[in-house]
Amino acid sequence: MIISVASGKGGTGKTTVSTNLALSIGSQVQLLDCDVEQPNAHLFLNPVFDRTETVTTPVPEIDMDKCTFCRKCAEICEFKAIVVVGETALTFEELCHSCGGCMAVCPENAITEKGRELGILQKGHYNGIEFIHGKLRVGEAMSPPLIRKVLSFADPGKLTIVDAPPGTSCPVIETMKPADFVLLVTEPTPFGLYDLKLAVGAAKILNIPCGLVINRSDMGDEKVKEYAAMENLAILMEIPFDRRIAEAYSRGDMIVDVMPEWRTKFLELYQRIKGLVT
Amino acid sequence: MKELIVISGKGGTGKTSLMAAFSSLAENKVLCDADVDAADLHLIMNPKVIRRTEFRSGNTAVINKDLCTECGLCREMCRWNAISAAYEVNSIDCEGCGVCVHFCPEAAIEFPENTCGEWFVSNTRFGSLVHARLGIAEENSGKLVTLVRQQARELAEAKKLDLILTDGPPGVGCPVIASIGGASAVLIVTEPTVSGKHDMQRVAQLADHFKVPAMICVNKYDLNLELTLDIENYAEEKGLLYLGRIPFDPVFIKAMIQAQTVFEYDGQSSASEAIRAIWQRLSDKLGLR
Repeated sequence: MIISVASGKGGTGKTTVSTNLALSIGSQVQLLDCDVEQPNAHLFLNPVFDRTETVTTPVPEIDMDKCTFCRKCAEICEFKAIVVVGETALTFEELCHSCGGCMAVCPENAITEKGRELGILQKGHYNGIEFIHGKLRVGEAMSPPLIRKVLSFADPGKLTIVDAPPGTSCPVIETMKPADFVLLVTEPTPFGLYDLKLAVGAAKILNIPCGLVINRSDMGDEKVKEYAAMENLAILMEIPFDRRIAEAYSRGDMIVDVMPEWRTKFLELYQRIKGLVT
Repeated sequence: MKELIVISGKGGTGKTSLMAAFSSLAENKVLCDADVDAADLHLIMNPKVIRRTEFRSGNTAVINKDLCTECGLCREMCRWNAISAAYEVNSIDCEGCGVCVHFCPEAAIEFPENTCGEWFVSNTRFGSLVHARLGIAEENSGKLVTLVRQQARELAEAKKLDLILTDGPPGVGCPVIASIGGASAVLIVTEPTVSGKHDMQRVAQLADHFKVPAMICVNKYDLNLELTLDIENYAEEKGLLYLGRIPFDPVFIKAMIQAQTVFEYDGQSSASEAIRAIWQRLSDKLGLR
């Protein structure tokens, strides 16, 4: 089973929920941190990494000895990643979406592909949890291929918990797509609610069941609960504001380590999710 | 004209609340919400939309079943596995590359342009606001960010205003890159948590990469004094202009629930005092009147 932990709004507690849930379950569990722009889960679990690899995406390389400047590659490219001016063909690798169209269309077989570096993927473990994350190179704009690479490590024999990026655009959709369940972490504030509605919309478009965790549940108003009731969304867990939790988080400590009674609550959360998926 | 982008690296550090507070203090400005993916500034600004424009960008393949002979070429060539065995294109998976459209021997694939969202010019009690709404699961957020920034600039020029205050997106990827390029400065709002610090460092590197001067302030500083000091030392080491600390203050949430800025809700709160001092340093640095 794959559970994607998402939120719409940033800073609502996705990483807190995904790491504490993984640690509470403790065995036969993977944590994939797909917030590749700002991966944070490793700061809380401190996994021992035993493998680091560079992740690339294929981009065209034009053999100028074969190129006849026919412009077919530039014409097929929807992303303006190839420009042919006179006797020169230029590639703009960072605009390339790796569709392979230019290579397929070239009548001279002058185009091959090489890898362009997007970032790194690291694989490790912590207390029985298999941990994988991607880290986008600073300055790089294209995160979806790196997210897909991290997700390719999902092991069907295990429970896979995926920490998603904030928002509702392509990186989030990539992260939700393979999920059996989307766990939405929100806060009872106007910003939390507005962005939650967007995230629920995304789960609906993908036709994936979802449920809520309300974090800092006593710091705000009742509107998230009213919305959940109206939309028939299950509230699977509430985490009240507790300065001890906030301070533990600030240090990178786990709630279930600092306040062990929370382990039971996270295990209950997992049971509720299982009840909704099967 | 100056353009300040408020970013954070990590989400939820208080970018939008701080940006709204600045709207109470700044004069002669245009407001801009460049967090098009999860735009929240309008929840405080209560904008009256005066101009609404569709945002069209990119295309999606659509197979005309009457012409399709199910030869399989499109499914073979599609690198996104977006075409099902029943020859239907999954619009979420479709990258809009047009390879199937080009190679279909029956010319059976259409390629209509996407409407990905809308952008707005609005009036608010703090002046004009340029904002947008990217459709759920839509692509091209970077292009929409570029568009709203451009519109905000044109509006500021037309009205002879000297400041654009922009709420930026979280992260360091495509929408953030589109938000900060060519700006006068970015203000990084961080928090004293291990993740706040980690994400602040990455977004500070990004600003440096694109040669945009970065300033920094710490919100909820009293949650972890040690890390606040750590962040302050980092700022000094890296030559980032440090603007100050804001205490953890429930006034942020109370104001948000009332759809007010912290100054409208309680101008005497400890957070308000701290923000006033930060704004003073910021406007001196930017050379605002």
